[in-house]
Order: sequence, then C-alpha cells, then structure tokens
Amino acid sequence: MRNILVFLIRYHFLLLFVLLEIFSITLLVNSTYYQSSAILKAGSRVTGNFYNSVSNATDYLKLKTINQDLARENALLRQMKGVSFLKNDTNSFWVNDTLYKQQYRYIVAEVVLNTVGKRNNYIMLDKGSRSGIQKDMAVITSNGIVGTVVNVSENFCWVMSLLNKHTRISGRIIKNNQMGTVVWNGVNHLYGTLTDIPAHVKIAKGDTIQSSGYSYIFPAGLMIGTITDFRVEQGDHFYTIPFKFSVDFNALQYVYVVNNLMKVEQDSLKKVTEGIKDE
Amino acid sequence: MNRLVFNNIVRFFVLILIQVLIMNKINFYGFLNPYIYVLFILLLPFETPGWLLLLLSFATGLTVDIFSGTLGLHASSAVFVGFARPLIIKFIGEKPEYDITTQPKLEQMGFKWFVAYALLMVFTHHFFLNMLDVFSFNEFWQTLLRIVVSTLFTFLFILLFEYIFTSRKDKK
Repeated sequence: MRNILVFLIRYHFLLLFVLLEIFSITLLVNSTYYQSSAILKAGSRVTGNFYNSVSNATDYLKLKTINQDLARENALLRQMKGVSFLKNDTNSFWVNDTLYKQQYRYIVAEVVLNTVGKRNNYIMLDKGSRSGIQKDMAVITSNGIVGTVVNVSENFCWVMSLLNKHTRISGRIIKNNQMGTVVWNGVNHLYGTLTDIPAHVKIAKGDTIQSSGYSYIFPAGLMIGTITDFRVEQGDHFYTIPFKFSVDFNALQYVYVVNNLMKVEQDSLKKVTEGIKDE
Repeated sequence: MNRLVFNNIVRFFVLILIQVLIMNKINFYGFLNPYIYVLFILLLPFETPGWLLLLLSFATGLTVDIFSGTLGLHASSAVFVGFARPLIIKFIGEKPEYDITTQPKLEQMGFKWFVAYALLMVFTHHFFLNMLDVFSFNEFWQTLLRIVVSTLFTFLFILLFEYIFTSRKDKK
C-alpha cells in the first residue's frame, strides 16, 4: 500500500498527464458521446449569449449585403407569385390544390459563430430546439447549401458546414444529371471538390452543380456551385472536379434551416425496405 | 505573490477573449489559425507545481474548446504542451540565477532564451493540435504548411504581447 502511494506521488505528473489526455481525447473522438453534447449544451448557454451580443454589434456592418440578398430573393419570389403570370386560358383557376402537400418548412436563423480556416469547420446559429430545430436538418441560404445541423441545445445549434472533412453530400451536374459526391479538401474555403463522376461523361467548365434530392435532408435543386476545372487522376476511373461554392462561407449572416416534414415517413419506409432485404 | 496570481488570472481572460473574438476569425487562405492562448501556459511561473500546470493547461484548453465547439481538441493539445513544458525548459537550459519570483518572461530571461522557448512551445502545441484535427498523414505537407504558418504568426503575436505588456518597473 505504502509502495503504491510512493509510486503515485513520484509519478503524479505523468499519471495526471495521461489521465487528462485520455479524458480529452475521449471527448474529441466520441462526438456523439452523451457527456460531450451535455458539456457543449451547458457551454453554449454561456458562449451562445456571449456571441449573440457580439454579433448584435457587428450586424450593422453587413446590412448592405444582406439587404441586397433579400431584395434579390424578393424579386425571385415575386416572379413565382400568381399575380405575375398572365392568364392566357380562361378555363384555369388558382385553387387550393390537394395535389401538392408541403414537404419543407424554413426557419430563419442568424449565424453567431463561423469559421472557414480550419480543416473541420462548424457554424453556430441562434435558434435551437425551442424554435423547432432538430439534428440532421439542412441549412441553406438564398445562394445555396451551407451544411447540416449536428448538435442542438435549447436556444442554439451547431452546424457542420460543407467546409468539413466529414461532410459528404450528393450533388448532381444539371446538364447531364450525373450524380457525384461533394467533399472539401481543406485548402480554400471558396472551392470544393466533386468526385465519383465516371470519366466517360462529358462535362465542361461552368456547369452547374445542384443538390440531387436523393437524401432526406436537402431538398432537390439547391445550388452547390459551378465547375471551374476537371481532370482524371492517373489510374482513376472517376473525375476530380474542383468547383466554386455558390455560397461565400466567409460572409454568412442569415440562413434558413430546412425542416423536412416527411422525413419520419421516408425514414420508416426506408427501414421497412431494408428490413425486408435482410431476411 | 498575490500580485503574481492576479496577473495570471487577468492574462488568462485577456488571452481567451483575444483568441475567441479575433484569432478564431482570422482567415488567410485558410491556412492561418493562430492559437495565442498558449501564451498563458508559456508564462506560468517556473515554480508552478506539475499537477497545477497540467490542470491549468487543461482548463485553458477546455475553455477555448467550449467557445469554438471542438470539444477535447484544444484541451488535449494544451495538456500536451503543459506536459512538454518542463522538458523544453530543461532542453534549452535554464539561466542559473533565478529565484522564486522569476517567470519565463522575455525581459527576465533574455531575448535568445525566450525565442527558443516560445518557438518550441508554440510549435509543439500547433503540431499536436493540427495532427489531431486532421488525423491522417494523407495531407501531410498541407498540414505542415498550416502548422508552420500558424506557428510563426502566434510567435510574432507573443513577441508583440511581451513588448507591449512589459511594465517599466520590471525592465530595470
């Protein structure tokens, strides 16, 4: 017993080091670990309010660009409104149509914390579970896709932006409907990479990449970016396609969180289908 | 002695504030991520007991983590650099004449000693942190560039901080 005590006292520096290191690396590795999300939740109650008041002050500097974005979006919406269509067929009416059912709802949120320079970037928004935000919801702006919600507290949420090693979303080249995977190589926050497009497909610079809609998270047809270059690496059968993001991640201010109202239904259907496959 | 503790507490808060409000937002071609809170660990007095050094490092890292949403990343790197500190000091070689109030500061230890100390400490921290963040050797050169650029910037900041916050009294 005495020897153990002597040992502990003698090597307390090394032991404490190993202990703290194991603890913090466990926190880091298990991002879904209950404790880590509990600590972040408690932390975001303080840090969230702190960042909120900072961003309240810096908001004023960005008003001009925000107004321009809003005006452009308003114009787009006005174009889609009924009154901006000329009725050329007197037999058609606008009716409350049961053919269409709302699938996506949008929640406006403000960015309170954002990084673009790291290998794995996250964004904090000022809306949380109280505003109806849940894990795995999509985050977009009027310019395109931003990321996915990964962690929610009462008043705030953390978003994994496209500028992250772990982000993989499916994108489609609009010209020829080819599906690929959007990843980020960590070099420049303006450019992403589209992979998994077979090398025989014809593509060109300037082609548009949009979301494919083959996920329960992102609605189809959201802008992701435009192709700036393409090449086939030696020994590869797929293109490596650098493209320019349509969203400027460094200038994010207001974003929409997308709630897929039919996600539960889609999920349960998927589960049933996969269950049958297993048998 | 109380004044020493007070100074360190103030330094802690000032550095954390600078880190989360300014440094976390710097973006220079995506390669510049200075982590200047290391300075707090750098400037703890020589006589800080080992366990306190580790616990303070851990607390610093965890605070930055909570503010940046990367739980564990800064904590583990800070603990690592806290652990490495005595070894680095031994490696560089201490000046013979230091008493209980001597701190590893620029004006007390001399320019040469401090540059070697700061560069080694900052590089150790940035290396550990970036390697842990990327967690693969696939992008090794890119990661190394990230580390070197950020290390140099943090180092410059530390020199600046030392020159600005050196009181006239100590200089004599």
